[in-house]
Formats: sequence, C-alpha cells, structure tokens
Amino acid sequence: MTLIRYQAPEFAPWSAADRWSNLRDDLNSFFELPFWSSFARTGQLFTGWSPALDLYQSSDNVVAVLELPGMRKEDIEISLHDGTLTVTGERKRESNSNGEKAERTERYIGRFRRSIALPTRVDAGKVSATYRDGILTVTLPKAEEVKPKQIQVR
Amino acid sequence: MNTLTRENRDGDRTQTGQFVAPSASVIEAGDGYKLEVEMPGVNKDGLDISVENNELTIAGRRSLPVVEGTLIHHESRPENFRRTFELDPSIDANKISARVEQGLVTLTLPKAEHVKPRKITVS
Repeated sequence: MTLIRYQAPEFAPWSAADRWSNLRDDLNSFFELPFWSSFARTGQLFTGWSPALDLYQSSDNVVAVLELPGMRKEDIEISLHDGTLTVTGERKRESNSNGEKAERTERYIGRFRRSIALPTRVDAGKVSATYRDGILTVTLPKAEEVKPKQIQVR
Repeated sequence: MNTLTRENRDGDRTQTGQFVAPSASVIEAGDGYKLEVEMPGVNKDGLDISVENNELTIAGRRSLPVVEGTLIHHESRPENFRRTFELDPSIDANKISARVEQGLVTLTLPKAEHVKPRKITVS
C-alpha cells in the first residue's frame, strides 16, 4: 500500500492546469469588454439601458449609488412607489452637426430605467439626492417605526 | 483611408486585472475626431491622458463617494479605468484637448493641417 499525502488541489502537479488557467483568463478578459458587462447588467438586448447600482444600509438610512456618466441633472428622475426606488432618465444625443459620423459606438444613448426594491420602509418625504462626477447618490432615511430602538429597563 | 482611432488591446494586456476598460464612442467630424469615454467617479484630478509612440492612453482614478453603512447590493466595479487607442496618422497629437464633465471625458483630436481638405484657387 502506498501512502499518499494530502495535497492541496492548487498545488496538484498537473501541467495542463496552467494551460486551462490561461484559457480562463482569456475568456474572462473577453467577458470584461464593455459590451458584455452592460449586456449582463441589463439582462436584455437593446431595449434601453440600465445603469449599475449599489445599495447600502445603515441604522438610519438606505443609500443607492448609481453610475450615470455624462448626464444633465435635469434629465434624471427619481421616484418612490410601493417600497421600490426607480431612477429613470434620458441621455440625449448632442446636437449632431452635419458631416459627423460615428466610428465606434459603445455608449448608450436614449432612455434608461433602473428599479430596486428597498429592504425596509423609508420616509418618502425626506429623500435627497446628489449628482457628482457622474455618480448619483440617493439617500433614503428609514421610516421612524423601522429604526432600531433602545428599550430601557425600569 | 478612413482608419479610425483604433483601439490597442495588446497595449493593455500587461495591465489586466488592475483596470477596467471604459465604454467609448468615436465620432468623426470633417476636421477631426471626437472621443467620448465614460468614467463615472473620475474628476479632473484623477484623469491622466498621455500620447506615446502614436498611442493615446486614457487612465482614470476613481474618487467614489464614501457611504456609511453595509453594502447589501453590489453591481459597480471598484477598479480604475484605463484604455489605449492607436492614433490615426492624420491626427495632430500636439493639438489634442480634453475636458471632463460628470464622469464623461470628451477628447477633441483635430486632424493635421496638411490632411485637411483645401481649396486651391486658380489664378
């Protein structure tokens, strides 16, 4: 009987693994191209676009951060309905003077829409938003009744 | 004749992993090109644009807003941006100008005087 010691899988002396890891890197870099990432993000092809969204939660607030490069503040609309936050808007094509020709178009032009169900009830009257460097930050204060409360023992 | 400002993927190869390629659009006008690059979270201070060996490199360091709380849903990418383009020979590299507004970088790449259409008057 031969004794075989435990070997962590990543150190397996299998030379083919190198080749596969290269292939995997190549495939990964292919899917990192902007087209694919935005496709994965929207989940649907060419029916408007959807920006990336991050959601944070603290004891007082829910904060949504959206990537919206190159918009005008006036063209962004934020609404709250039934516990769902929706951000819509339109990226307008800049006035096309004659003789301009698109050589490469990766940026989305036109309407976008992004919705997310909020994890908790918020105070709709106190929602605020800022737009800076192409990043929209929406701060939604939690409703009083869902905020954590300290109960004193008498 | 109509070669555009081509992307140079191999130039980025050594840097994969640390950067993400931003979406870009190239528009050709009569006297030059306009290059629009989406870099949300990048402002003037974080932007680095250089031309070397006829290659234009645009790099953007993001300064993202600091948000209090725990991240419960995550779609954005934390990497900085970087992308390289090969300049069309008709472009006058000394006259490239750039501006950044709300995370959108717009570069104006004028064509050199000698390639612009010219009218010759018959005397």
